[in-house]
Amino acid sequence: MKKIFLLIAALVPTIALAAGPSIPLDKHRTDLRDNASLQSGAQTYMAYCMGCHSLEHGRYNRVARDLGIPEDLMMENLVFADKRIGELMTNAMRREDGQAWFGAPPPDLTLVARVRGADWLYTYLRSFYADDMRPFGYNNEVFKDVGMPHVLAELQGMQVKGTAPVAVGVDSLTGIAITEERDDVLYVAKAGTLSTAEYDRLVFDLVNFLVYMGEPIALERQRLGIWVLLFLAFFFIPVYLLNKEYWRDVK
Amino acid sequence: MSNQKNTLMGWIDDRLPVTQAYEKHMSKYYAPKNFNFWYFFGVLSMLMLVNQILSGIWLTMNYVPSVEGAFASVEYIMRDVEWGWLIRYMHSTGASFFFIAVYLHMMRALLYGSYQKPRELIWIFGMLIYLALMAEAFMGYVLPWGQMSYWGAQVIISLFGVIPFGLGDALVEWVRGDYLISGATLNRFFALHVIALPLVIVMLVVLHLLALHEVGSNNPDGIDIKKLVDENGKPLDGVPFHPYYTVHDLVGIVVFLMAFSVVLFFFPEANGFFLEAPNFEPANGLKTPEHIAPVWYFGAFYAILRAVPDKLMGVVAMGGAIAILFVLPWLDRSPVRSWRYKGMISKIFLPVFAVAFVLLTWLGTQPATEINTFLSRVGSVIYFGFFLLMPFYTRMEKTKPVPERVTGGH
Amino acid sequence: MSQDGVNQGRRTLLVGATAAVGAVGAGFLAVPYVKSWNPSEKAKAAGAPTSVDVSKIEPGAMIVAEWRGKPVYVARRTPETLGYLEGLNGQLKDPNNSNKEQQPDYADNLHRSRKPELAVLLGVCTHLGCAPTYHPEVKPEPFDANWKGGWYCPCHGSRFDFSGRVFNGSPAADNLVVPPYSFETTEVIVIGIDEENA
Repeated sequence: MKKIFLLIAALVPTIALAAGPSIPLDKHRTDLRDNASLQSGAQTYMAYCMGCHSLEHGRYNRVARDLGIPEDLMMENLVFADKRIGELMTNAMRREDGQAWFGAPPPDLTLVARVRGADWLYTYLRSFYADDMRPFGYNNEVFKDVGMPHVLAELQGMQVKGTAPVAVGVDSLTGIAITEERDDVLYVAKAGTLSTAEYDRLVFDLVNFLVYMGEPIALERQRLGIWVLLFLAFFFIPVYLLNKEYWRDVK
Repeated sequence: MSNQKNTLMGWIDDRLPVTQAYEKHMSKYYAPKNFNFWYFFGVLSMLMLVNQILSGIWLTMNYVPSVEGAFASVEYIMRDVEWGWLIRYMHSTGASFFFIAVYLHMMRALLYGSYQKPRELIWIFGMLIYLALMAEAFMGYVLPWGQMSYWGAQVIISLFGVIPFGLGDALVEWVRGDYLISGATLNRFFALHVIALPLVIVMLVVLHLLALHEVGSNNPDGIDIKKLVDENGKPLDGVPFHPYYTVHDLVGIVVFLMAFSVVLFFFPEANGFFLEAPNFEPANGLKTPEHIAPVWYFGAFYAILRAVPDKLMGVVAMGGAIAILFVLPWLDRSPVRSWRYKGMISKIFLPVFAVAFVLLTWLGTQPATEINTFLSRVGSVIYFGFFLLMPFYTRMEKTKPVPERVTGGH
Repeated sequence: MSQDGVNQGRRTLLVGATAAVGAVGAGFLAVPYVKSWNPSEKAKAAGAPTSVDVSKIEPGAMIVAEWRGKPVYVARRTPETLGYLEGLNGQLKDPNNSNKEQQPDYADNLHRSRKPELAVLLGVCTHLGCAPTYHPEVKPEPFDANWKGGWYCPCHGSRFDFSGRVFNGSPAADNLVVPPYSFETTEVIVIGIDEENA
């Protein structure tokens, strides 16, 4: 019985503490109609994420169809060699291995965008910074002491946390950005293969793809919704007139 | 055997009272002619019940009630089953809209005193439906076997543990069928959710309607329309349910379906109120989500639970908040039914109570910060004050005279 | 309430219009419920075309592939057994493939296949669905003293020649079904796809 109460009692303070992430999240302007972005995101995902994080509720052929990728191109570039086009997007990593390597098995990410939200993912993937205290040399500003290594480090370069100039506004006369030295900000100390803008774009596409994976039907759902509402609006006309007609009897 | 005609209908009527039932409940059921907006929510609740049963039956065709398969089977429905996503969203959105309709239906009863004599049984059947519906919704929420399913079940079932003398622990274990929430729990909840409780709810709805049609519908003025009848014995202020209220309800149904469709097709998660984000993560008994919140329709009672600083008393308060609704017909001592003719205290207290209930509902879904806990306490005091003081203020206050005939409407 | 001056025609029209539009709506609503019974993506993936490497099949040998959960017999016939086919016509129920349902057009020939030596047949007896057993040798068998090779169904004794054509006196009425298939390369066939090189 004690345990039960502890649990209930424990919830109240947890809820109080769960005030969300410590830093404000950057807005991800998700665009599920941008196939080029989704395709690029899928490519990044298969190259950098799929080894550890499966998309076990999705199927390759569905992704190919929805993103406008011809099946043979999909098979050549995005599907692991031992898989067939209609199969679920699982990977070969065993849970026990993941547990041993990273402290926790890397979660399946089919629905991660629905759990965390696009803004969180977008900020998280751009908030790794070098930290010698961590086993893989990186910590994260959004997800403190995360077990995941910074797999995109070669692209982003080495981001560190320290004192750096931050843009605080724009000089209205000259149009030059006004900067200010701030502590505890993230900045790229050693450039990677991508510029900051390119890296942001890559992460944007990746998150776009993950939002798509979370609910592949989203666009079709909205498209259908318009028609359903139009139908109901049309149905309303005879229904309304019928009601009016009968109630003329009632004085 | 009055209408022995040489028709198919006559043949059937001699064996089964179809025409008689149709007349009693539809074409010769006289309902007051001044029903307003609030009177839509009975039929809308029924519409949602049908929606839940239909979409639910179809979901069971692909859902797998097992710890290993449940979560994946829901995603299978969402992705691999043709149109499965629509049926699933109809069910998940329908659950919330069912409660919206039921809460507004209950509010209607409060406004116009529809629970007062001689409609006490209608109210009690209604409350039993509400209770069964809460159990039904709770068990349904466990089935996708996400994080919120698991931890919600953990917390709610643990509430039984407060029963003293060691009975609580035994009960909790018995309900779970295990030492933790497990496949045994999931399977029994599945059985209860898909067959046992729906049967109970449908039977209660039948009783609710039979009791209603025995005494007749109330109306916004709280007047008994059966007192004034014309030469044929028909109530002067009544109209046959069919066709007048069938065509009338159809208007409400279409508008309600539009609201339903807007949420279903454009905001199926309703910003985390209808489908909570942590429930898109499979259940994990070793990791509690950062913020456990019940689905919105349980929010008010959860807020009352958290408002009380003592664990046993918190559960008692929560149970009491539901139990007190059952005795409402005997708490209201007012000589009039409708709030239109009640005194000043009732006229102020009822809207304040409604606002407090909405506030509690919202608070139940939010983190328990200091200010939120304070507000929950204020809301809880208003909630209980409204009911517990009702015998006094309804008797004390000066009521207005009730008119002979119904007012307003058409 | 008064019924005076009721425009009955208008009422009938409005009732009809409401009923008609409502019926259309109900029809729309029925679509997802009906269509959700179609094979799901999972079923379609499991029923996807199967590739079979036929290069390793020795003359006279047979392998069993799986397609849509059913056995598919792929057998390499010898010139000897192929030579017997024509002569069996008189003992067969449907020697000339008059039932077009049983094979695609490209297998509507004596050897009932794309390539004469390679037989591709659904291993499901057309009588009651058992899997016929393979008897490739030309020798007297207990069920047929003049056996020229083919399949024999152990359930009810239906006999099929090396093209899957059913013999007279068998309970089965139709020849074995030839599934759609194509040659991806000369060594690999794909069961489930009709077009060449699809």
